[in-house]
Amino acid sequence: MHELSIAENIVEIAVAHLQGDARAVVQEIELEIGTLSGIEIDALTFAMDAATKDTPLQQAAVRIITVQGRARCNACAAEFDVEDFFSPCPSCGGFDNTTLQGEEMRVKSLLVQD
Amino acid sequence: METDILQKNNLLAQRNRGWFEAKGILALNLVSSPGSGKTSLLERTIRELGGRLPVAVIEGDQQTMNDANRIQQAGAPVVQVNTGNGCHLDADMVHRAFRELNPAEDSVLMIENVGNLVCPSLFDLGEAKRVVIMSVTEGEDKPLKYPNMFRSADICVINKIDLLPYLDFDLPKAKEYALQVNHHLTFIDLSVKSGEGFENWINWLMEQAGK
Repeated sequence: MHELSIAENIVEIAVAHLQGDARAVVQEIELEIGTLSGIEIDALTFAMDAATKDTPLQQAAVRIITVQGRARCNACAAEFDVEDFFSPCPSCGGFDNTTLQGEEMRVKSLLVQD
Repeated sequence: METDILQKNNLLAQRNRGWFEAKGILALNLVSSPGSGKTSLLERTIRELGGRLPVAVIEGDQQTMNDANRIQQAGAPVVQVNTGNGCHLDADMVHRAFRELNPAEDSVLMIENVGNLVCPSLFDLGEAKRVVIMSVTEGEDKPLKYPNMFRSADICVINKIDLLPYLDFDLPKAKEYALQVNHHLTFIDLSVKSGEGFENWINWLMEQAGK
């Protein structure tokens, strides 16, 4: 359940962004989470509920944009979608792949009302 | 704003890394599932190194001082970090622990993470190498079930090989699975109990420490 510490980090980043403005209320927070990042979206949503209590994010809508994992084969240079780190290249069957995207864990934007 | 969620941890980890490098300390992050033999591995390592290379230990567990007591008896300075409800160590916990421990220059700092193959994989502690330990009493498909951990590791220690004759564990298959997840992973097969293969681990440590 590392999603709780991830959620706490998210709240910390958002609160730091408000720079001590006591009236500021976050209406929406947008997160970018890759399918290979090791984050369980359901667990993160649940943890965000707990982590935002009594913070300026308490009422914020949490929008999660998932980023599909993609890899490039180091043998034949084919690019393909992946759901895990151990799927072979669909073109040549090789396992030596470089992950191109899907490991993202980012706070993308905040919608703040003063 | 595009801020990496683990930014703070990653910055602290880099600070730890700089501190370790400046002092010539080899910091290792030991990760595994519970019961694979991390603490026994450390006990034997401390005994076998016996002064050739000073060892200090940070012990991470949710609760109890049990592991710290075992390490102390083996003869190494140790700080126990209890994470309470936390399922992993983070860079800040390690920072506070090594300030308290104050390991000697040119020593090895073993950071025994919480026994958990999921959560610790995401948190850089500032280590030089990440060591994943699995034992032959587990399933050989552990690397496929917990790919993030095996992917982020530099070396895989396979423990309890003295039990291989009594088990169905397929050692080559386990390595094949691990290599599917992480192409660069290297392996050390050993038994902490019988000592078989243990010299390979000691040699690896000495090499990493530049001895």
